[in-house]
Amino acid sequence: MSNAIVQQRGIGAMIWDYITTVDHKKIAHLYLVAGGLFFLIGGLEALIIRIQLMQPDSNFISAGLYNEMITMHGTTMIFLAAMPLIFALMNAVVPLQIGARDVAFPFLNSLGFWLFLFGGLLLNVSWFTGGAPDAGWTNYAPLSSTSPGHGVDYYVMGLQIAGAGTLIGGINFLVTIINMRAPGMTYMRMPLFTWTTFITSVLILFAFPALTVGLFLMMFDRMFGSAFFDVTAGGNAIIWEHLFWIFGHPEVYILILPVFGAFSDIFSTFSKKRLFGYSAMVFATVLIGFLGFMVWAHHMFTVGLGPIANSIFAVSTMAIAVPTGIKIFNWLFTMWGGSIKLSVAMLWALGFIPTFTIGGMTGVMLGSAAADYQYHDTYFVVAHFHYVIVGGTVFGLFAAMHYWWPKMFGKVLNEKLGHLGFWPFFIGFHLTFFIQHFLGLMGMPRRYWTYFEGQGLATGNLISTIGAFLMAIGTLVFLYNVVYTAIKEPKASADPWDGRTLEWSLPSAPPFYNFKQTPLVRGLDPLWIEKMEGRKGITPAEPLGDIHMPNGSILPFLMSMGLFIAGFGFIYQVDNKLWFIAVAVGMGLFFASMFTRSFKDDLGYHIHKEDLIEKGDGKE
Amino acid sequence: MSHDDVLNPKHMPHDPEKATLEGKNKFVGFWMFLGGETVLFASLFGTYLALSGSTSGDNTPENLFGLELVFIMTMLLLTSSLTSVYAMYHMKNHDFKKMQLWLGVTVLLGLGFLGCEIYEFYHYIHEYGFTFRSSAFGSGFYTLVGFHGGHVLFGLFWITSLMIRNQKRGLNLYNAPKFYISSLYWHFIDVVWVFIFTVVYLLGKVG
Ligand code: HEM
Ligand SMILES: [Cu+2]
Repeated sequence: MSNAIVQQRGIGAMIWDYITTVDHKKIAHLYLVAGGLFFLIGGLEALIIRIQLMQPDSNFISAGLYNEMITMHGTTMIFLAAMPLIFALMNAVVPLQIGARDVAFPFLNSLGFWLFLFGGLLLNVSWFTGGAPDAGWTNYAPLSSTSPGHGVDYYVMGLQIAGAGTLIGGINFLVTIINMRAPGMTYMRMPLFTWTTFITSVLILFAFPALTVGLFLMMFDRMFGSAFFDVTAGGNAIIWEHLFWIFGHPEVYILILPVFGAFSDIFSTFSKKRLFGYSAMVFATVLIGFLGFMVWAHHMFTVGLGPIANSIFAVSTMAIAVPTGIKIFNWLFTMWGGSIKLSVAMLWALGFIPTFTIGGMTGVMLGSAAADYQYHDTYFVVAHFHYVIVGGTVFGLFAAMHYWWPKMFGKVLNEKLGHLGFWPFFIGFHLTFFIQHFLGLMGMPRRYWTYFEGQGLATGNLISTIGAFLMAIGTLVFLYNVVYTAIKEPKASADPWDGRTLEWSLPSAPPFYNFKQTPLVRGLDPLWIEKMEGRKGITPAEPLGDIHMPNGSILPFLMSMGLFIAGFGFIYQVDNKLWFIAVAVGMGLFFASMFTRSFKDDLGYHIHKEDLIEKGDGKE
Repeated sequence: MSHDDVLNPKHMPHDPEKATLEGKNKFVGFWMFLGGETVLFASLFGTYLALSGSTSGDNTPENLFGLELVFIMTMLLLTSSLTSVYAMYHMKNHDFKKMQLWLGVTVLLGLGFLGCEIYEFYHYIHEYGFTFRSSAFGSGFYTLVGFHGGHVLFGLFWITSLMIRNQKRGLNLYNAPKFYISSLYWHFIDVVWVFIFTVVYLLGKVG
């Protein structure tokens, strides 16, 4: 009846299953694998950058290639690695945490993934077709609007497609959390990870359209001869900067808030205490989300907006440090007096606190507009954002993966290897980036291809490069652990960490319909409540009955492929109008698929009560 | 219970668009989507306002715009919003025929609007040589108004497809949310036009 019940286990059947799946747990796997691959590509680019900067007057790669490297490193890491990995976690965990059988829009969920993947592929095809984008991940005009070749065109089209996928994902999670919570799961009983996913989705919803418009304007300028950023025709290059950062600053909170949520769950689980100051944590998250839209011009202090604008944005920027500080203290107080278990997830969480605090502190330094005239566009900024993004987001992803791996794949990652991977990464991270603060203060500008002998920058850069290789080793150990665990480790129990939230009441990994009976939530940390009252599982909210499930579909894949094809058409029609055929074919495929979706009813199917009883605990 | 029984109950509820979980999800999700669309148009308005002074030659807003045509367009679109409300009123009373009728009127009015807009652009390009490429003002104008026009076009396709698809089978709990959100979309387009009318045309004439 549906792909979910397909029994043949051939590789072809499995691929088809994943291409057409609308199951949030499988989409989580897809996001994890694709995001992980892009993370490795981005990491390789980082190593190439660090080798080039290892010594003065280096000629390891050419200046042009260097520009492509830094652009693709930043773009890949933010849009194609960090965001999808975050979406992997959201997909794997949020429906389970709120007691839902799936997300609100399973079809759109799959569409969001395929759009991201095809957008990311399009971007990376540029390496093989005459040069990747080279105007920095921020793609400032007029450097970008006049950059020769097609590199920047790939940036524009690739991010446009991937960005649409992200927006769809954001809306999907908003509605899921608003409408699909189990009975009793009030807003103020939601686990923190669900809360931060909720606020992150709001940020995505209101931030990404600004990028969409920026990318359209850039596309029109580069491919259709408009004059938005062309000063000679009355255009204004600063418009790009505004649009980019109206998107860009909320984006950095999109990257950090979900892992804040994950850390909150982890700290409370491994301290065996409920989260300290739950409502303050929720409030701080909302406040950060709100303030996140008020600070974008702190990236533009040196543009010349004037002292009044700079002062206002300086104050609002520093204000964000307050709710962030609240969070740090609440995590510390959660651990205070708890019985702490030093699992690998907890280790990453502990490493995160001092690291992120340093990043927040340099952030406040940068937020002081007058001082930023010195720091801006130096390695000080590079150090700042790596402390928050790597020390925050990437540490958080590692912590969350170790924590939720059993829920995603049914096995606990080997803890010994986990510890072994943490230390080279953690030490390597600080070696790489701590010294960069000082390189920046000594005047080393960011994005320069090389530096001279005798400027006093050589030692610092060498240390930084050594650190980068240590981080690579840490990553390799993690990868080894993934393989090792898959082969050697036994199947995990439902609740390996003595967890507190609903996802731990389900088998690891859960059956495809998640909950046989919708759970009844009786307070914050619902599973913990049941445990304290001596019950084995969660009290159900309904008698056993038929379960309604959505059908799989190939259409999301086809729609995304359509846009991918059309993307090439748009890029190359500048050279030869015949490429409009590709536009027509691609858009045709896109709209035809969309029409099919609209005209063919998709009612889903039912799993019958009798089948549920037969299957015992409902494993596939 | 089979899908048919669920989606075609003996007594249709008063709000057929929100009677199923799918319907509720679509309803909330579409409002969210419109929130995102608001940011999209806000960004386009901001860009337009930043560039509306960057004209070349005589092709300034005062010289180009004619309020008569724009007034007719405004009336067409506002009326079409009203007729789509009638359609939704009949949907809630489960009168499928009248709903289709008023949706039909909505589509015709929308077509009228679009026709005027195409005439307007044609006029600017051929009488004044005012194009997308002639100045930053031109780029900003055609992008903002064109994005809106594109939304109108999409809305027309959408509503028409729904009408044709469901012509034979009438209203049920599966297609009611679809009709409903398409009318929400149509209202949104209308609201955006009110801002375009004010910010682009009125301010362009007197500002
Ligand atoms: C206490 C909170 C924070 C403050 C006050 C702050 C402040 C700043 C300021 C003022 C800049 C601009 C520096 C310049 O270009 O001269 C900046 C850059 C940056 N920040 Fe933060 N920040 C904070 C937290 C974060 C977080 C949590 C993230 C991401 C997870 C982040 C990511 C970035 C990035 C990516 C850049 C550089 C963008 C670029 O130019 O390429 N920041 N920050
Ligand atoms: Cu910022």
